[in-house]
Amino acid sequence: MSVYLASAILIPCLVGLFSFVSPRNGILRDIVTVSGALIHFFVIYKIYQAFSKGEFISLNVINIFPGGNIEFIVEPLGMLFSGLVSILWLLSSIYAIGYMRAHKEERLGSFFGFFAFAISATIALAYSSNLFALFVFYEILTFITYPLVSHGADTESQMGARRYILILVSSSVLFFLPAIVATYYITGTLDFKVGGIFPDATQNYILIVLSILFVYGIGKAALMPMHKWLPSAMVAPAPVSALLHAVAVVKAGVFSVLKIVVCIFGIDHFQDFGGSDWLVYIAGISIVLASSIALVQDNLKSRLAYSTISQLAYVVLAAGIATPLAIIGACVHIVAHGFSKITLFFAAGSIYLKSHIKSISKLDGLGKRMPWTMGAFGIGALGMIGIPPTAGFLGKWFILSSAVTFQDYFVLIVLMISTILNAAYFLPIIYGAFFKEEKNVPDNNHGDAPIIVIVPICITALISILLFCFPNIPVSLSYKLLGI
Amino acid sequence: MFDQWPSLVVAVPLIAAGICAIIRYEFFCWLVSIITSLVSLSGSIFLYLTVKASGDISYKLGGWAPPVGIEYRVDIFACYLLILISLVAIAVLIYGRKLINKEIASHLRGWFYSMYLLCMCGLMGIVITGDAFNAFVFMEISSLSMYTLIALGRDKRALLASYQYLILGTLGATMYVIGVGLLFNVTGTLNLIDLSIKIQPILDTPVIKVAMSFIFAGLSIKIALFPLHFWLPNAYAFAPSVVTTFLAATATKVSIYLLMRYFYTVFGFSFGMSSELIIGIILSCSILAIFVGSFSAIFENNLKRLLAFSSVAQIGYITLGIAIANNAGLTGSMVHIFNHALMKASLFMILGAIAFQIHKDQLTLTDLSGLGKQMPFSMAAMTIAGLSLLGVPGTVGFVTKWYLIQGAMQNGWWWLVVLILVSSLLVLIYLGKIIETVYFKPASNTGIEMNELPGSTFIIILLAVSSCIYLGFDTSLTLGIAEEAVNALVPEG
Amino acid sequence: MEFINDLSIYFGRINHWVTIFLIVSGLYIIITNSNMIKKLIGLSIFQTSVYLLYVSPGKIIGGTAPIISPQFEVYSNPLPHVLILTAIVVGVATLSLGLALVVRIKEEFGSIDEEAILMNSFEDQE
Repeated sequence: MSVYLASAILIPCLVGLFSFVSPRNGILRDIVTVSGALIHFFVIYKIYQAFSKGEFISLNVINIFPGGNIEFIVEPLGMLFSGLVSILWLLSSIYAIGYMRAHKEERLGSFFGFFAFAISATIALAYSSNLFALFVFYEILTFITYPLVSHGADTESQMGARRYILILVSSSVLFFLPAIVATYYITGTLDFKVGGIFPDATQNYILIVLSILFVYGIGKAALMPMHKWLPSAMVAPAPVSALLHAVAVVKAGVFSVLKIVVCIFGIDHFQDFGGSDWLVYIAGISIVLASSIALVQDNLKSRLAYSTISQLAYVVLAAGIATPLAIIGACVHIVAHGFSKITLFFAAGSIYLKSHIKSISKLDGLGKRMPWTMGAFGIGALGMIGIPPTAGFLGKWFILSSAVTFQDYFVLIVLMISTILNAAYFLPIIYGAFFKEEKNVPDNNHGDAPIIVIVPICITALISILLFCFPNIPVSLSYKLLGI
Repeated sequence: MFDQWPSLVVAVPLIAAGICAIIRYEFFCWLVSIITSLVSLSGSIFLYLTVKASGDISYKLGGWAPPVGIEYRVDIFACYLLILISLVAIAVLIYGRKLINKEIASHLRGWFYSMYLLCMCGLMGIVITGDAFNAFVFMEISSLSMYTLIALGRDKRALLASYQYLILGTLGATMYVIGVGLLFNVTGTLNLIDLSIKIQPILDTPVIKVAMSFIFAGLSIKIALFPLHFWLPNAYAFAPSVVTTFLAATATKVSIYLLMRYFYTVFGFSFGMSSELIIGIILSCSILAIFVGSFSAIFENNLKRLLAFSSVAQIGYITLGIAIANNAGLTGSMVHIFNHALMKASLFMILGAIAFQIHKDQLTLTDLSGLGKQMPFSMAAMTIAGLSLLGVPGTVGFVTKWYLIQGAMQNGWWWLVVLILVSSLLVLIYLGKIIETVYFKPASNTGIEMNELPGSTFIIILLAVSSCIYLGFDTSLTLGIAEEAVNALVPEG
Repeated sequence: MEFINDLSIYFGRINHWVTIFLIVSGLYIIITNSNMIKKLIGLSIFQTSVYLLYVSPGKIIGGTAPIISPQFEVYSNPLPHVLILTAIVVGVATLSLGLALVVRIKEEFGSIDEEAILMNSFEDQE
């Protein structure tokens, strides 16, 4: 099975290499990208099948130095994340082909190349068996996405990309790396192990400092005040924002946080030494603040960006609560938010493609012009608010039940406020789009986006509903993670 | 025959230098140089294998037994440097033939190869000799040929840079020899091993301390350790690009080698002596070197000078490992000797190739604007080598960083961990400046006809850059030798 | 008696005092002069100090040249002389290379005053 594991990481890499050397605007590249994504999805499915039969799949690539292994292993959380990324890579590459062509973007070869490389790094990160490998691919992911963010090659994207790389690299170098070295220094190992690796004798204050370093070092989790890069990264083309800054990169962040809480600190331990105490409050404040900021954003993409920040903080909050129920909630929320948010970003890109509208105040009446796009947008928005029948409800449900069980009123209040805020910044958009008259009719009487763009949007919207009805894959995987 | 290798690795370049000086036909000289470096490389590898199999080699030059005669002493650490020097020498020669032909006037090319071989001979000699005064002679051989090589630069400021280096370099070498003289006066021996034994009972006397200070100060000039680094930026900037590549990768490293030899072999320093005054001086100089070098690089516009300042900073990392003075720290600095040679050689080679392509001698930042589209290969290579300088995981630079941080942590120096990490972010600033110019600025030199990059240059750059990544993952080779070298140098560590 | 002791410190090691004097005066010339030829002279003086440092302790009073002969029992140490012969060669090479460079600098810049050249040539860097 380790062949499958290797190919899960290598296929995107090969697709990326092909994109670099492929002829300009070649249809061949599109075919290779999509079929590569299809094969990749199949491979991941195979791994999942073997994994659910209880097979142990691992692949030791190389030992860089003592404590620094590049080793991959299939475990529930990584399986869940890689599955999510694989499905969305397929959909978003179809979307990207439609979008980038319709938008007449240049330098598509390097665009799709780096896009595929980023997927490769994300998959490798998901399967990393130890903290060191995770860090390596975390950093590689940062640098590979830089050309994607700056794809526009104008001053605005240059500035956005500059902020993006500065925040992500400095946070990881200044906080994440020393935390890893210190962990290695204390424990002598960096391997992930459910239940934690720190010896019981470790003093509490060291663990608290380390947890702070880890959580803020993982800038990709966008916990305030490390969130500034996310709105900056929105200068990127829509497919990049959709896949990377709604799913792969940010989810890599919260995935790492979750993984560190579960497999480095251990959830029982995390509550004992007081990691929960600060993380829950910080995450709660981050949720409310980000939602409030989202409320006043008029640019659609930046409203979505702040919404992402607040939704990511849900996962961090759940990791901070560190009860089994909350961890399940976090796992489900990663998946649910992935599908809903990518729908929203796809829709935002599709709106921009047809009408060149960027600001929310001009969206009135667009629902009649672009019914599919706005319909999918509505479903995505419901998922954000957490209204059934979307999967977004489930994640919140698990976190809420954990809060109720343990009578954690702070979490309860945070969730309530944020749900109201979410509703307040999404519902008016849907209402305006469908029930208000169009204010300024555009010159060209455009209809909905091309079919190649519409199909992925509808599929992701559909999946986020289906996931509500059949949540057993993420839930069973998170059970397995916790060993229940 | 095989047991003569220790003298052959030095003698062959010396003789070949003479041959080149007599027959000054360009292609012939180039071929002789290539063959010579190949011989030295294979000799070094053979020595490495022998030392690994059967322990240190003591070679009596001319059959005179030490301590009266000159002894060549080869241990793993020496082999490590020998392999590095001959490897760089051969890579630079293959990379640079077209560049040499372009940058150096035809009647000087024979002399150029002669000096190049002489320089290589001197550097190998410093490494291999076990005699303090012999090291001085070799140091002067390499330095004198270096001054000549630098003066060959096309810019007339190269003469000035060479002159300044000559004054400072000779000062350094003379200080070194004063230190050796003092040691000789009190012990009566020049053999490093013999010296280390005879020095033990009188280690605390003022004479030894004065000698130590002279040797340290003299070598610091050669190393270009922070306050004594003023010769380096100009020398690197105005020398021909081939020479810069060779010097950046080898010259300072050899002086660091000699410094480590004195510290650990002769004066018998051991780990865990962090309170010593000299360690304090090295520590503060290294930290200042890292920060001052990086800041100067950030504000520098001339690209070769920028890289030269970055070298000053990177040398700081190497000496920092000496100051950390534990196994992890010293391993870090040992492996950085090789890693930095690799990264800097790659970067200077790429700059040389760009200068060759756009017909310009002194590249400034604006010359690079828009080159991302015009030379995608060179620019991608530069980006990768730059990222490796930054220490991104998966590149060679990261290995060093990891070890230095670990070493600092073992000493409990948390502030140093922070400083190392912050300083590595400074690289991001000047690297980002270059990358943004390359990829975002509109092209400034559209009218210029591009030179075709020769295939050999292309291949060497490709090899160097890909080994920046490969050796970042597979460290068994570099790190393996570095660890063995640390064990050879500090047996109890 | 103490006075004589003190004197012996000062005069008994006169070779060291001369060495130190040469080191310091050589350095002083190098640092203070901006004339390139004078700097090289300073450098030579600086190097000369080394010769004295090595050779003077090698001379043993009453000793003779180290050619073994039944007539003599005390010999001077030959090693320092050999070493310094090498050092002198190195010094000559350095000096001549330095002078050659100065000639070339004079040709290119029209001056041998370091400060003047630096003022003129490094200010108009692009």
